[in-house]
Amino acid sequence: MTDLVIIGGGPAGMSAAVAAYESGIRDILILERDENLGGILQQCIHNGFGLHKFGEELTGPEYAWRYEKKVRELGIPFKLNTMVLDITEDRVITATSSEEGVFQIQAKAIILAMGCRERSKGALNIAGTRPAGIYSAGTAQKYVNRKGYMPGKNVVILGSGDIGLIMARRMTLEGASVKAVCELMPYSGGLARNIEQCLHDFNIPLKLSTTVVEIHGKDRVTGVTIAAVDERRRPIPETREYIPCDTLLLSVGLIPENELSKSAGISLDRITGGAEVDQDRQTSVEGIFACGNVLHVHDLVDYVSEEAEIAGRSAAEYIKGAKPGDESVRITTDGKVRYTVPQRVTADKAVNVYFRVADVYKNVTIQVYRDGEPVYAKKKARVAPGEMETLRIGEDIIKGAKELKLGLEVSGQ
Amino acid sequence: MKRNLTCIVCPMGCSIEVELDGANVLSVTGNTCKRGAEYAKNECTNPKRTVTSTVRCENGEIISVKTDRAIPKDKMQECMKLINNARPCTPIAIGDIILSDVFGSNVVATQHSAAHNS
Repeated sequence: MTDLVIIGGGPAGMSAAVAAYESGIRDILILERDENLGGILQQCIHNGFGLHKFGEELTGPEYAWRYEKKVRELGIPFKLNTMVLDITEDRVITATSSEEGVFQIQAKAIILAMGCRERSKGALNIAGTRPAGIYSAGTAQKYVNRKGYMPGKNVVILGSGDIGLIMARRMTLEGASVKAVCELMPYSGGLARNIEQCLHDFNIPLKLSTTVVEIHGKDRVTGVTIAAVDERRRPIPETREYIPCDTLLLSVGLIPENELSKSAGISLDRITGGAEVDQDRQTSVEGIFACGNVLHVHDLVDYVSEEAEIAGRSAAEYIKGAKPGDESVRITTDGKVRYTVPQRVTADKAVNVYFRVADVYKNVTIQVYRDGEPVYAKKKARVAPGEMETLRIGEDIIKGAKELKLGLEVSGQ
Repeated sequence: MKRNLTCIVCPMGCSIEVELDGANVLSVTGNTCKRGAEYAKNECTNPKRTVTSTVRCENGEIISVKTDRAIPKDKMQECMKLINNARPCTPIAIGDIILSDVFGSNVVATQHSAAHNS
């Protein structure tokens, strides 16, 4: 029997482990499938991490090291090259590694911190051939930043999420020519600063409301055909344009990796793709918590650490005997707010709600409704799907509420 | 003359308007912090960027590196050449200087080499 098993040794898993340790739990084990701790941050060599958490600008590996150092100093055990195969509702973990073979651990509490994976080309239904030279942006990032290989010389990137933008700059700095970044939506999903310093700095065109409609080439990509799309996102045939290239990078979204959560019977949120949780990040299965990108995809790792600390502290309390509250109040949304995390509250205490909106809106009022009545409002000049928002709901609002709702009133678009 | 910028200092990405008279900055508006004003002034007079990249060590290992301060924007490609020609010896720890005095900065490691942790 182990008190706390954490699945995943990335920023969420390490931060949760440290928080649980600091809350008095000593019997902790982190299981990590890669050969190092640090998760995806190891390949995110660009800077801009940690401004919120540490007040300075760190690169991904430096941010990860801050936590790995703590894990090592505190002597929190971790197993690398270890893949978790299954978890059950009763918190039995089945894992495997080449050193130990298949083994099982019974845990008092589990924290899920498996992160997310990239949406693949199969999910896109692009016409044409299937030659070499098509990579997800994250795979290309791993090749360039961890292995020292360049995936190609003339590049088109589909999707303007942050990874796509970062890779446009990275490939350019390493000598590739990035022909264009195409984005299906009329706005970029990436941070404004990344459009500035990754595209504008290098005169890389960002083509909004544009997609790749065909891939050309037999053994290797020889080019792609792009086209503008109408307001219903259908390609407009007259706008077809051929771009010669040898590489297509796809940066088309991230999906929380919840296969293990499903095997434990945890209920998932249809919109986030992650578990439904309460304010303590406890899932629908008692004693199993979730945090980081496996719960919902974050844009800033600083918020991942923050969320993981909540999960770590809550798991510690649970191990010490705290039970989840039986009365739960759901937080619903109006559609303009797409989702919230947590999705429900079970205790009469103030809670920070993280949420994302469905579209780019200007001059909005974020409204909290309690049993249908507006009780709190906060103004914001601009909100966008690519930027996660937070709102603190006070104890006075939560106490005695039967239903909470988060919505947007929009006076401009 | 007016110039519109997107601040790159932090993820907020404020839209900043700078009023210029030739190379003289007359006013900066739209920023929400001091560092934004500083960025906007520099961006109009002497734009700078931090370069992050990787270096191949003598033993073949790939280590991530950065310039420990921002360098002139038009020196980024030259800086990349210097980084790509370097072949440092391991072990390397975070913060170790890989190349010194590169356009007013040092190129430092942002990752430990494999040997460091074992």
